[in-house]
Amino acid sequence: MKAAVLVFPGSNCDRDLAVAIREVSSVDPVMLWHRETSLPDGLDLIAVPGGFSYGDYLRSGAMAARSPVMRAVADAAARGVPVLGVCNGFQVLTEAGLLPGALMRNAGLSFVCRDVALTVENAQSAFTSRYAAGETIHIPVAHHDGNYTADAATLDRIEGEGRVAFRYAEPVNGSARGIAGVLNDAGNVLGLMPHPERVIEPAHGRSDGRRLFEGLLETVMA
Amino acid sequence: MKARIYVTLKNGVLDPQGKAVHHALDGLGFAGVADVRVGKLIELELADGTSPEDIDGMCRKLLANTVIENYRIEQVEP
Repeated sequence: MKAAVLVFPGSNCDRDLAVAIREVSSVDPVMLWHRETSLPDGLDLIAVPGGFSYGDYLRSGAMAARSPVMRAVADAAARGVPVLGVCNGFQVLTEAGLLPGALMRNAGLSFVCRDVALTVENAQSAFTSRYAAGETIHIPVAHHDGNYTADAATLDRIEGEGRVAFRYAEPVNGSARGIAGVLNDAGNVLGLMPHPERVIEPAHGRSDGRRLFEGLLETVMA
Repeated sequence: MKARIYVTLKNGVLDPQGKAVHHALDGLGFAGVADVRVGKLIELELADGTSPEDIDGMCRKLLANTVIENYRIEQVEP
């Protein structure tokens, strides 16, 4: 699997994502600086990491979404290259217009950092094929701006099209309809607030996140 | 020339910061505050002759997220 992890100033989960990808695929991903204007050829995955790019100035993910590399990411996404955005990466993908909706300050105003239960809603995508629809998994969250919002028509549409990948099985941040992860219309872009890269091996206490990366590997190697 | 951009959350979008400020005002004993919404003010120092279209473009492309926010432009002559 040939993968790239984007590197923005301020992000703190880029190496965690790189480790997760390497653990599952045995290949080191390319670390791609935000000022790059083109991507390496033949990428199977572009990963947009979590963690306060640009200090979350203006809005979470707003600056990173307008960085030069994101224009190349948008082109690649349009060609069907899988793009995974975790936490701040999810915020970046909504700000870039690659995913619908927006992520606002948590309804409870507090930073939430703990394991949460999620329900797998869509097990058909490249990211979720190793899960079963309706299954409950546990993946940690660590965010201040995870309150997913969109207008009612958009929420109805993404639910109707099966684009809600994961839903919180418990109250976490006030997200509309409990949405924790969303797919784009083609199914090759996923944004989610929980951090699957933090639960990939027994030493992490759980490995529920590992199957996301295994599913991706299986899909791109098929 | 100068422009001031006021960015506010759209009506109906939950504003937890506004709610928290409202609570604090209540706690200080200021009765009669019906609602509080928190927005932001962005001041731009611009080359003379910058077109209104350009300023509007800055708002739409970066300064406001039009999924959740409205913006209002106020041009200030020097």
